[in-house]
Amino acid sequence: MKLLKLVPDNTNLDFMRWRNVALVISIVVTVASLAIVGIRGLNLGVDFVGGQMIRTTFPQAISVEKLRSDVDGLHLGESSIQEFGGPKSYQIRLPKPEGGEAAANRAAIQVRQMIQQNYPGARVDAVETVSGKVSEELARDGALAIALAMLGIAVYIWFRFEWQFGVGALVTLFHDVSMTLGFFSVTRLQVDLNVVAAILTIVGYSLNDTVVIYDRIRENLRKYRKMAIVPLLNLSLNETLSRTMVTSLSILLALGVLLLLGPEVIFGLTIAIFIGIFVGTYSSIYISSPVLVWLGVKPDSFVRSDEEQAAGPAAV
Amino acid sequence: MLDLSRWKIWSISLIILVGILFSIPSLIAGTTLSDRYPSFLPSAKINLGLDLAGGSHLLLEADTADAAKQRLQSMEDQVTTELRRNPRVEIGDISTSGGRLTFLVRDPTQVDTAVERLRQITQPVGLTGSRDWDVQVMDSTRIVMTPTQGGAQRALKDAMTVARDVVRRRIDPQGTKEITVINQGSNRILVQVPGVEDPEALKRLIGQTARLEFKLVDLTADQAQVQQGRAPAGSQVLPMAEGGGAIAVKRRVMVSGDQLVDAKQGFDQDGRAVVNIRFNAAGARRFGRVTQENVNKPFAIILDDKVLSAPNINEPILGGQAQISGSFTVETANQLAVSLASGKLPVKLNVIEERTVGPDLGKDSIRKGAIASIVATGAVILFMLVTYGRFGIYATAALIVNALLILGIMAVFNATLTLPGIAGFVLTIGAAVDANVLINERIREEQRRGRKILDAIETGYKEASTAIFDANITNVIAAVLMWYFGSGPIRGFAVVLMIGIVTSVFTAVNFTRVLVAIWVKRKRPRVLHI
Repeated sequence: MKLLKLVPDNTNLDFMRWRNVALVISIVVTVASLAIVGIRGLNLGVDFVGGQMIRTTFPQAISVEKLRSDVDGLHLGESSIQEFGGPKSYQIRLPKPEGGEAAANRAAIQVRQMIQQNYPGARVDAVETVSGKVSEELARDGALAIALAMLGIAVYIWFRFEWQFGVGALVTLFHDVSMTLGFFSVTRLQVDLNVVAAILTIVGYSLNDTVVIYDRIRENLRKYRKMAIVPLLNLSLNETLSRTMVTSLSILLALGVLLLLGPEVIFGLTIAIFIGIFVGTYSSIYISSPVLVWLGVKPDSFVRSDEEQAAGPAAV
Repeated sequence: MLDLSRWKIWSISLIILVGILFSIPSLIAGTTLSDRYPSFLPSAKINLGLDLAGGSHLLLEADTADAAKQRLQSMEDQVTTELRRNPRVEIGDISTSGGRLTFLVRDPTQVDTAVERLRQITQPVGLTGSRDWDVQVMDSTRIVMTPTQGGAQRALKDAMTVARDVVRRRIDPQGTKEITVINQGSNRILVQVPGVEDPEALKRLIGQTARLEFKLVDLTADQAQVQQGRAPAGSQVLPMAEGGGAIAVKRRVMVSGDQLVDAKQGFDQDGRAVVNIRFNAAGARRFGRVTQENVNKPFAIILDDKVLSAPNINEPILGGQAQISGSFTVETANQLAVSLASGKLPVKLNVIEERTVGPDLGKDSIRKGAIASIVATGAVILFMLVTYGRFGIYATAALIVNALLILGIMAVFNATLTLPGIAGFVLTIGAAVDANVLINERIREEQRRGRKILDAIETGYKEASTAIFDANITNVIAAVLMWYFGSGPIRGFAVVLMIGIVTSVFTAVNFTRVLVAIWVKRKRPRVLHI
C-alpha cells in the first residue's frame, strides 16, 4: 500500500536561513494588525458594548432597504442590519435604549410586532439584550481570561523548559492573537463572547506545535552537545515537520467542514480558531524557534536540569 | 511495553465499554428511548443548552438602593409599633432621608428608655458583637438609626435567598419544569427557562415586586395639596395605577400581602377579571376589625406603591376573603394572582442580561452541527487512512472511541452541550489524532534510524509521551480559564474541550497501544508500513 507522505522522509530544509526575513514580515503584519485594530476598531457585538440584537428569518428573500426603513421608522436609535447566513436571515442590532430595562423591553416588543405585521410568516429566532453594566463586565472578564491564559501557559513552559522558551511562547501567543484580531478588524466580522472563547482556544492549541517543537529541541540539545544552535533548530524543525503538517491539516480539515456545513451562529468562533491554527503553525516554526536564537539558548541551557527532567512526569 | 499485562488490557477495555454504553442514549436523542431499550442499560442523556434547545436566559440584579429604602421603611414601621406599645413614647418629625431614620422624642426624659427599647429590636450580626442598626442620640432629643454595613449585607443576602425562591415559584408554580434559578454573586440571580414562548411575559412575571398593601384613604386631605404631592402628617400621596392622578392614604398599613394564603384569578358579578384573595387567620381578624371600624369609608388597594383601586367599605369584611379589582385582563389578573400567591419579592429585580433562542433556530443548529460533526470525523478518518495505512486504522478506531467516550462522559456528568460545544467537539476530533500522529511519526523516525520493529514501536510510544503531555497541558490551562471566566454557552465549550483532551490522550495512547500490541503478537510483522 502506498501511503501519502505530505513531507518526504529526511527533509533538510534550511528554515533558519529565512528567519530574519520572516521576522520582518511578522513584525510588519503584527504591527499592521494592531494598528488596524486601533484605528478601525473591532465590530464589537452586544456582548461587549451593550444593546439589543434580534435575529429573524423570513419566509422568502426580502429587501434590506425596506427592512432598514421599517426598523428606522420605530425610532429606536441608530440600528444596523446585517445578513446572517443566507438571504432570508437577518440580524438587527439596536443601541442600548435610554431608560433602562423597561425601554429595552418595549423596543424588543416593538420590533417583534413590526416584523409580524409587515412580514407575515417571519419568525424571531433569537433576542439578546445586554445592559451596559454586564457588557463592561464581560469585556473585562474576557480580556482578563486571555491575558491570564497567555501568562499561565508561558509560566508553565518556563517551568517545564527554560525561561527563554517561556518568553518564546509568550511572543508567539502575542503574535497569533494580534493577527487573529487584525483579521476580525479587516473583515468586520462581529466580535462576541464566542470569539473570546476562540482566542482562548487558539492560545491553547496554536501552542501545541510550539510545545512539540520545543520538546524536540530540548531532546536534541541534550543529544548533540556540540552542535551549533542554528543547525540544531533546523534539525528539530525538520524532524517534527511531518507531524506539524499532519496535525495542523487534520485540525484545519475538521474546522473547514464546520465552516462550510456548521451552524451560522458559531461561524465567528470557527473562523477565528481556523485562522489561529493557521497562523499558529507558521509562528511555531518562524517565531518560537528563532526567539531561542536571539535569547541565546545553548546546549548547556539544559545540562544542569537534566536530572530534574529525568524525574519529570511519567510516561502516560 | 508491548507485553501489556492481561489486567491492563481488561481495564482499558472495560473503561471503553462503559463509556460507549453511556453514550448510546445521547446518540439516539430526539427519539425517546423505546420500550425495547433494556432498562439495565444507562439512560442518562446529555443536556442540551438553551442555545440548542431554545429558551430564555435571564440575569437579574437586585436594586440595592430600593432594598435599602425598603429596609428603612420597615424599620420605621417597627419603631412606631414598638414605641406605641405601653409605656408609650410619643415621637414626631420622622424622616428617612439620607439613608437613615431620625425622629424626635417629645418627652426628653423618655429618650433613654426609647434608645434601650430600640436597641432591643436590632439584631446582632456575626460574632463581633456588632448589630445591624446603630442607635444614637443627637441634640439630646433626636434619635438617629443608621443601618450598619454588616446588617445591610446580611439583609441583602437574606433577601436574595427569598427572592430566588419567589422567582422560582412564579415561573414554575407547580414545580414541574426543568428550570434553573440560582444566586450569583451577592446581588444577582440567574434564571434559565427552556422552551419559552413569550419572554416578555416571563420578564413581566419576574419584574413585578408584588407588594400588596391595604391602606385607608385619608379623607381629610386637601385635594389641591394632594395633586401637588403634599399629604397631611401621617399620610402619603400615591399615584393611581391607571388614568393618572394621585390619592392620599394613611401611612399605616391595614393589612398587607404577607398575610395572604391564596390568590386566584376570578370574575366579578359583571364578568370582569379580578383576583380573589384569602387572608390567614391573623390577617383575616385584622382586616375584619379595621373594616368594621371604617364602614362607609374608602380604602386603597396598593400594589407596588400604585393604587389599583379605592373601593368603599360597604360592610365589614369578616370571612378573610377579598376581591381585588382594577382594570385587569384575564391574563394580567392571572399574572397578579401568581405573583401574589408566590409572595412579594423582598427586593426589586432588574433584568440586566437576556438571551432568548427560539426552538426552530436550536433545531436547525443541532441538525447542522450533527452533519458537520459526522462529515468532519469522516474527513479526518480518510486523511488518517491515506497517511498512515494500518496505523491509520488504529488512529481511526481511537478517534471513534474518543468521540463516543466524550458523549458518554458528558452524559454521566449530566454536562450541557451548547452550540460552541459542538465546535469544541469538532475541534477535538481534528486535534485528537495529534497524539497518534506524534506516536506514528516517532515510530516512522525510529524505524528510519534503523531500529527493529518492536524497538521502533516501543521507543515511539515512550518518546512521544512527554510531548503529548506538555502539548495537552497548555490546552487544559486555556480551557480551565475559559470555564472560570465564561458563562453558559462558553462553559459548554470549555467542558467539551477538557473532556476531549483527557479522552483523546487516553484513547490515542492506551487504546491504540493495546491494538498495536495484539497485532504485533499475532502477526509478528517484519516490515512496518507507516
